[in-house]
Amino acid sequence: MKGRVDLSHGGGGRAMQRLIDEVFRRALGNPALDEGNDFASLGAVQGRLVMATDSHVVSPLFFPGGDIGCLAVHGTINDIAMSGASPLYLCASFILEEGFPLSELERIAQSMGKASRDAGVPIVAGDTKVVEKGKGDGVFISTAGIGVVPEGVNTSGSMARAGDAILLSGTIGEHGVAVMSSRENLSFGTPIVSDTAPLHRLVAAMVSAVPQIRAMRDPTRGGLGAVLNEIAMQSGVGMNITENRIPMREEVASACEFLGLDPLYAANEGKLVAVCPPEKAEFLLETMRVHPQGRDAQIIGEVVEDKRHFVQMETVLGGKRIVDWLSGEQLPRIC
Amino acid sequence: MKYIDEFRDPHLAGEIAKQIEREALGSYHLMEFCGGHTHAVSRHGIKSLLPHNVSMIHGPGCPVCVLPVGRIDNAIGIAEKAILCTYADMMRVPASGGGSLMQARASGADIRMVYSSQDAVRIARAHPEREVVFFAIGFETTAPSTAAAIIEAQDLDNFSVFCNHVLTPPAMQSILDTPDLRLNGILGPSHVSTVIGTKAYEGIVSAYKVPMVIAGFEPLDVMQSILMLVRQLNEGRAEVENEYTRAVSHDGNLKAQRLMEQVFVVRPSFEWRGLGEVPSSALSIAESYSSFDAESRFCIAYTPVPDAKACECGEVLRGLKQPQDCRVFGTACTPSNPIGACMVSSEGACAAHYAYGRTA
Repeated sequence: MKGRVDLSHGGGGRAMQRLIDEVFRRALGNPALDEGNDFASLGAVQGRLVMATDSHVVSPLFFPGGDIGCLAVHGTINDIAMSGASPLYLCASFILEEGFPLSELERIAQSMGKASRDAGVPIVAGDTKVVEKGKGDGVFISTAGIGVVPEGVNTSGSMARAGDAILLSGTIGEHGVAVMSSRENLSFGTPIVSDTAPLHRLVAAMVSAVPQIRAMRDPTRGGLGAVLNEIAMQSGVGMNITENRIPMREEVASACEFLGLDPLYAANEGKLVAVCPPEKAEFLLETMRVHPQGRDAQIIGEVVEDKRHFVQMETVLGGKRIVDWLSGEQLPRIC
Repeated sequence: MKYIDEFRDPHLAGEIAKQIEREALGSYHLMEFCGGHTHAVSRHGIKSLLPHNVSMIHGPGCPVCVLPVGRIDNAIGIAEKAILCTYADMMRVPASGGGSLMQARASGADIRMVYSSQDAVRIARAHPEREVVFFAIGFETTAPSTAAAIIEAQDLDNFSVFCNHVLTPPAMQSILDTPDLRLNGILGPSHVSTVIGTKAYEGIVSAYKVPMVIAGFEPLDVMQSILMLVRQLNEGRAEVENEYTRAVSHDGNLKAQRLMEQVFVVRPSFEWRGLGEVPSSALSIAESYSSFDAESRFCIAYTPVPDAKACECGEVLRGLKQPQDCRVFGTACTPSNPIGACMVSSEGACAAHYAYGRTA
């Protein structure tokens, strides 16, 4: 589609209808969406439902390994999956800035469509608004979704207990570094691509093997450091982790070294942290490693009693230090 | 990672730690001057590897931390009239009246975070209709690149520099002049020394009879340098030794020194946060490049602003207090809500201790 977004595309008239038909329906089409209602009518569902929402404002919109479209699909799928649930449906809202090229919007919508089809989670409802030039940054996408939790699975960030094992599904920092490397004012080259990926199939395998998993979370903004602190705080425990068990690609380690970033706080979009009872840890690890998204999984540490809720790390050097919450932003707007 | 992993070898670190423990018979108070070392000591948990009789004092070598509040106020003033280009660390440093560059930007000032002085020149080239000012901070490490930017910008009439570059040796001397200072040896800066060379410290070391070891930034560099300081002290020597021979020479980087001499002159005096006025401790732009001097271009008048009463950054920066001894450390003053500058930059003594060191 040629041209640019203008205010008429959000005005409710013919131009908006054309945008919906030629961009969104073409890219995302499925029976529920194709009914053309302001709501999606879905079948009855058995079991406990979970719901999640995630807004995406990443800059730049296209980065090595992905774009805001697939990120918006994966982000919400992963938030739902962290409850142990199978995601069922998504919906998406677009805030478009006047002047945004329609060809780029098409690319983003197609990327969303592909991500949604690959994940098997349809986008069943949507909305579009247009804001005046200067009042947005190209496109913002908000997605929300629902999923259903299998019988017998009950995870929460508040359920970690002293003695539990802490598992990480793979290498950290790729999304943060990939986005950083594509910023126009940072001229460094890197082969690193974002790890953006849906995790619900890995999670399905994990909860079916070890339904006793206590907590799962995906270390997006704030990275591994933030997620461990969140779980420690919510559960009222401490954590001890070992630096040289944390998988990291050499290119990510080098880039972080070069830029003065701590990879523990760099964002991920296709990784998860799981906490499980110690006796189940090895079996869970084996299960994760069979799955492509968990190939590099590791047991990185254990939950301990600590009233201060500190996350402590044995460093590569053999010293000990605390892994604190991140203060401020390490990288602005990465997801 | 080549050239990194070798300097983080846990086996060697353990061996050096044992050696330090064997040889450190008295009590050793060593200052790592540089914020980069403070960060390395904290991030790698080096303190936990040292015996109790070897203590590390964090020095003032963090350019963000030592810049006085009045200068941040000046920068905010400039940002009202021009595009201000700054290193990201400066954004959250508290100015007077609860302001900061971050807040000035939220209120509409055009403040851009850059990764080098050259980025600022590029922005000036791209916006010929706007005044563009580079907020230059840092020790001798960053000063040459600011000088290079000024030379590169000779054809531009909309680019200028708000120069706040400071010098390491005068600051060291100011610390060593502190009464009641308990300091036996100094871990000398890595990057600064690549520029100014080990010769720059010889006068101070012989005048104050305090041993110094120029140390690399990797953890094994730091451990080895601590051992070298312990040995100097045990043997009653006070010399400038160079552990970081792979990067630092006796004379330093002569080309960078020439650039600095060409573009800058030494100020008669400059206010440092924590140290107060220190004579001949900072650079300003030389007469022949005065059209690039934002201070004259924007008629900047400097007004000193006293630090917040509760803040003890001054004592911390002089090594008289450890971060945790400050009354507001970790309570009223945290990295999310810094009162003093030592809590703002990740290289600041308080921020590093808060982020990594509280268990040690």
